[in-house]
Amino acid sequence: MIKLKYVIKIYPDGTEAVKDFSLEIKKGELCIFLGPSGCGKTTSMKMINRLIPMTSGKIYIDGVDVMKLNPNELRRGIGYAIQNIGLFPHLTVEENITTVPMLKKWPKTRQRARAEELLKLVGMDPQTFLERYPSELSGGQQQRVGVARCLGADPPILLMDEPFGAIDPITRGKLQDEFLKIQSKIKKTIAFVTHDINEAIKMGDKIALMQEGKLVQFNDPATLLNSPKNEFVRNFVGADRVLKGLRLYRARDIMQEPPLKVKVGDNPVKVRDRMKRDMLKWSMLVDGQNHFLGWITYADLEKAKSLREIMVPPAVTTAPETLLNEAMSMMFNSAIGNLAVIDDQEHLLGVLTFDIIRNILGKENSGNQKRFGGSKQ
Amino acid sequence: MRKYIILGLLLGILLGLTIWMTSLGSVGIFKMAPPMKVLSATVRHLQIVEAAELLAITIGIPIGFLSTRRACRFISPVLIGTANVGQTVPTLAFIGIAGAVLGMGYKAAVIALLVYAMLPIIRNTYAGIRSVDPALKAAVKEAARGMGMSMLQVTAKVEMRLAMPIILAGIRTSMVVNVGTAAIAGMIGSGGLGELIVTGIAVRVTQLILQGAAPTAALAIILDALIGGVETWVTPRGLKALKSAQWQQ
Amino acid sequence: MAVNLHAVLELPGLINKENIIEAQLMWILAWNYLLKYPDKILEWTLQHLYIILVANASAAVLGILIGIFISREGREQLADTVIYLASIMLTIPSLALYGILMGILSALTLPSIGFLPVVIALTLYGLLPIVRNTYTAIREVDPAIIEAGRGMGMSEQQILVKVKLPLAVPVIMAGLRQAIVMNIGIAAIGSYIGAGGLGQPIFRGIANYRVDLIIVGAVFVSLLAIIMDLIMGRVELITTPKGLRIRGRSND
Repeated sequence: MIKLKYVIKIYPDGTEAVKDFSLEIKKGELCIFLGPSGCGKTTSMKMINRLIPMTSGKIYIDGVDVMKLNPNELRRGIGYAIQNIGLFPHLTVEENITTVPMLKKWPKTRQRARAEELLKLVGMDPQTFLERYPSELSGGQQQRVGVARCLGADPPILLMDEPFGAIDPITRGKLQDEFLKIQSKIKKTIAFVTHDINEAIKMGDKIALMQEGKLVQFNDPATLLNSPKNEFVRNFVGADRVLKGLRLYRARDIMQEPPLKVKVGDNPVKVRDRMKRDMLKWSMLVDGQNHFLGWITYADLEKAKSLREIMVPPAVTTAPETLLNEAMSMMFNSAIGNLAVIDDQEHLLGVLTFDIIRNILGKENSGNQKRFGGSKQ
Repeated sequence: MRKYIILGLLLGILLGLTIWMTSLGSVGIFKMAPPMKVLSATVRHLQIVEAAELLAITIGIPIGFLSTRRACRFISPVLIGTANVGQTVPTLAFIGIAGAVLGMGYKAAVIALLVYAMLPIIRNTYAGIRSVDPALKAAVKEAARGMGMSMLQVTAKVEMRLAMPIILAGIRTSMVVNVGTAAIAGMIGSGGLGELIVTGIAVRVTQLILQGAAPTAALAIILDALIGGVETWVTPRGLKALKSAQWQQ
Repeated sequence: MAVNLHAVLELPGLINKENIIEAQLMWILAWNYLLKYPDKILEWTLQHLYIILVANASAAVLGILIGIFISREGREQLADTVIYLASIMLTIPSLALYGILMGILSALTLPSIGFLPVVIALTLYGLLPIVRNTYTAIREVDPAIIEAGRGMGMSEQQILVKVKLPLAVPVIMAGLRQAIVMNIGIAAIGSYIGAGGLGQPIFRGIANYRVDLIIVGAVFVSLLAIIMDLIMGRVELITTPKGLRIRGRSND
């Protein structure tokens, strides 16, 4: 648990970078420090591990005043990852990852084991990469090693300063997903700095939005989107905040059972009757093992001899982890306007339609959706 | 500002030392060089340096320039390689060989200095012109030819102008080295301030040595500062801003 | 070099045919000397190397220490001044510096000729490239790398020893290389004030008009400089951390 109490930072030149900042990050929570550049978010974060000395106020980690600890000891107990990664170019991947274990004088065998474990965790093959140097890695791989390094000595707390800032958007999205997966396993207490509202909504359990050194709003992402506290928050969140809300969901959260699932061998006439009765315009075709094959439309059924010959193969399908905003743009590419959700083995799990999404957006706006329990308009 | 103070202080000390030593008149049985002798030695020193330097510039820059031309690309690696290796050859070796081959005296000194001074000038001219952005060069050439300038006029105007700071740095290096080498040339009888030092060392009279050493050092520092000044003055303003920004970083 | 020299000299008609024949005779004489007294040449070479070793080792130690000292944050002005002073030092002609040092040393009643003034002068000359390169290399280490180290709990000392210095080594070695090559030439001049080394045959030759001695000295001192330059180039490469030598080969 991290607790900041009335923290103030005034630089020698008189700039007030952080003004009276109080905040509590609960154990296992990922808290985003969000704001435009120069708002004091990075300064606030760096005061936690005393990279920047605070002018006044108190910071506690698990109830201990950080000012009472040796700064180097303190930092060795806190994972630290930065935007420019800052991998040591003269050290191998293994040596980079075991920097803190080395500082803590772990035995060599334990360091090695830890490096292998962490590389696996971030999805890199230890055999291939342990002996490599940073210059031999791609940007994304470097970023992964950066994350592995900050987890080196298994610190309970992580400080991350735009850790995915320096890479291309596609790789960034992938790394964000991977990191969320890792975090769901390791449950660290994390202070995460970003200026990117989308990243904040996607990653954060809580968002602390800052402006000119002050904490403006501290809420979970949904509340921030739905109930901006003032004009600044509303502007920062953006006019498209309703659409941004889509990022709070994944396909599996809102997908529905298909209205009608038909099998390859089914009689076209019977299917047609069934669809007519239920007033369905389309149904979904699967094989005996529930593998999704394609769409069947009512109009095509009339002269059909078998379902297979009139089936419309899917242009796109999606995985259950896909964020709703991405799923929605895929839907525009789908011939039928709907999106099948399938797992790794192409088993049909459910379907997304524009209707479902409209419902979600509508509920979000009215603020009575379950996830938004405590929020007010 | 701080630099000017250091510079002024150093020059003050060196020149003060020279005047003090000269005013001693004599040390034991040894007579110090009279003021006029110190002055003429300084002039002589400058003459050697100047003659060698001017010749080196008039020969070195065209050689460096030509070696960047496409027609010369077969010889240029050899030429630049020789210039690089030549610079590692000690000055005394040049002076010694020149003295041996040409006989001791002024002429040998000038020629040794000339050859040695040419090396950094050739090298920097080559490097300077090579460093001019080819895209920029092509664009400017196109425009200039459109205005009816000949190819030679264009290159002279554009490439040389842009390469000038680097060429000047080469001239500065060779000039400073030359002042020192000219002092050593005093040993092969070329005259100049080296002769005063050599005489002093021969008879082991510190005051005599200092009478020659102090003005030699002052001369080198003054010439270096002068060309350094020209260098900053000639550097195109755009490049200058870049340089200082890098420094601050 | 000699061949080129002839070519250059012949062009403006500076020497005549007889001179060329004479010059060829000189080389034969020098060759004879080499065959007759290889032990002497070896002795001079070793003396030369010894002076270079002592002077550059002290220049390296001093230069790196000074470079580290002035590279600390908040010492930019000091660094500026130190580097400027060192660069002025380099413009002072060696013969003049020897002279000035002889004056100072004799005032301190220390040996004013021979080994001591030459080693002091060479150390002073060697300082600039080493101080400047150490300073620049340390200052140019990517701030992100330093911040990462600090953020993970490295002490300033550990950051210096484990991060800054290893990254600075290639640049420092380049400075040392420059210093050594330069100092080989300046040490030759030091023979004039009795320090021994390969300058000795040159000066003796000049004084007694023994052309063979001049050539032997000049050729060997040149060879020494060129060979040391090559060796130091190799050392520069070897001391570069492996991670900095490998470039590219990234795969996604």
